[in-house]
Amino acid sequence: MGNRLSSKLLGEGKGGIQGMSEIYTRMIIDLYRNPLNYGEIEKPDIKAKDTNPICGDIIEIQIKLNKDIIKDVKFNGKGCAISMASASLLTEMIKGKSIDESLKMDKNDILDALGIKMSLVRLKCALLPLRTLKMGIYSYLGKSDKV
Amino acid sequence: MRKVPRKPIDVEKIRKDFPIFNQKIKGMPYIYLDNAATSQRPNQVIKAMNDYYQMYNATIHRALYELGEKATDAYEESREKVAKFINASPEEVIFVRNTTEAINLVAYSWGRSNIKEGDKILLTVMEHHSNIIPWQLLAKEKKAHLEFIDIYDNGLLKMDEFEKFIGEGIRFMSLVHVSNVLGTVNPVKKMVDYAHKNGVLVLIDAAQSAPHMPVDVHDIGCDFLAFSGHKMLGPTGIGVLYGKRELLENMGPFLGGGDMIKEVHLREASWNEIPWKFEAGTPNIAGAIGLGAAVDYLNNIGMENVKEHEKELTKYALDKMMRIKGINIYGTKNVELRGGVISFNLGDMHPHDLASILDNEGISIRAGHHCAQPLMDRLGVVGTARASFYIYNTEWEIDYLVNSLEKVREVFKV
Ligand SMILES: Cc1ncc(COP(=O)(O)O)c(C=O)c1O
Repeated sequence: MGNRLSSKLLGEGKGGIQGMSEIYTRMIIDLYRNPLNYGEIEKPDIKAKDTNPICGDIIEIQIKLNKDIIKDVKFNGKGCAISMASASLLTEMIKGKSIDESLKMDKNDILDALGIKMSLVRLKCALLPLRTLKMGIYSYLGKSDKV
Repeated sequence: MRKVPRKPIDVEKIRKDFPIFNQKIKGMPYIYLDNAATSQRPNQVIKAMNDYYQMYNATIHRALYELGEKATDAYEESREKVAKFINASPEEVIFVRNTTEAINLVAYSWGRSNIKEGDKILLTVMEHHSNIIPWQLLAKEKKAHLEFIDIYDNGLLKMDEFEKFIGEGIRFMSLVHVSNVLGTVNPVKKMVDYAHKNGVLVLIDAAQSAPHMPVDVHDIGCDFLAFSGHKMLGPTGIGVLYGKRELLENMGPFLGGGDMIKEVHLREASWNEIPWKFEAGTPNIAGAIGLGAAVDYLNNIGMENVKEHEKELTKYALDKMMRIKGINIYGTKNVELRGGVISFNLGDMHPHDLASILDNEGISIRAGHHCAQPLMDRLGVVGTARASFYIYNTEWEIDYLVNSLEKVREVFKV
């Protein structure tokens, strides 16, 4: 079965995974395998957890503050390579920043850091850590959660 | 069901009938392995619907002019084709939107007048959400209880649990014929027989069986059976509920409105005969006609041949995929007991990553919970990747999939 068809399809030359996929860069896979700032903080000032129910992704972000400066930040959880890489990069970016500055971060900061373009479906994965972060900061500030 | 000689199916010829395979996706031939979600449609089905819209578009049953009669004939002729396809009579075939609506119809119409406080409804842990939620709603309203038959780790139902539940008193059972995640083919004939001996009525969710193997409602003996047109080469928005005549006759209506009535007065009305009693409002005429054409197409191939083709592909795929390092394939490896659905995970990779990368290779597979979250919980995973086959798939496509998975594994260091 299918032999003649196979050779025909093959003749038309399927590319093969060379660059793998535009969105799975070496950096993203490395960050998936060796995440940055993964773990927990003792007695964090800010702690927030959120999920992306469609994927089953789950992320928790913990922050230690020095006044309003983010002294230390860690994340933990489980998810796809995009959400995990995004969490690594986000935590790197906000370290040392004020919480106000962190709140100003948006979708483009995350996409720039990841260096990829993606479909709407995967965008949800990329933005889960930022959403979680903002949720945590807003509830710390006692403001309504309006992300 | 028409008898067609057993012979290997001519995939090359079949693929020519499907316009979607005549295009390239990202410059490559399109490999479509998400047939459990929805199938592709051949020209014959698209043309049948176009012909209706272009040449005899009219509403049915009430239009007293030639085109209206032609449309009515075509709609009812499709019902006859579907009835033959599952060995039922036309009055027992109700056109609905999809499997989901068919199950809701039964839960609402039969369930609301027959399920009482304290009654038990039996389901399994491998059900699609569409065969869970309608029963949850009914159970909540009636203060009834839901029971679930568990599976063994190999994906087969625990039959001793089934018998135990039935023995303890069950009012109704609703059960999937072929699992859309595990591929498990449940022994529905045996189960219906046992249930009936204990006075339990049974609905079969045939969404994953009717498109892929001969399904004979008399042989199975079930009381209700539901399936969707869009998974069997037909259009979206049309599906089928089969119900035994004596049950349908005694059930109240589902939706109220035009077409489902006999006589209407200001404060009361009487109902049309079956099946029309359950088809309120202008139906999906083009959809029914398209489904009729899909049934013709499948009959020409022969459902035994469809089943055999998928069995060979599944066996081929399992053999090759099992050799991939780090792969975890769910469900039984015995192709006599499973349909053409293979769910898997690769190492600790998230199934969405897998599907995204394969998409970039021009391969469409599914990833996620497949509308079966309770089953995902049972398997202890957030989701799975899933490849599912149909008449137009080839061994070459499976080779390509396996090759791609090997490369993904390397790059992701699984
Ligand atoms: C086993 C099973 N049951 C029910 C359904 C629901 O089908 P539909 O969405 O067409 O109503 C599906 C399809 O996803 C299915 O695989």
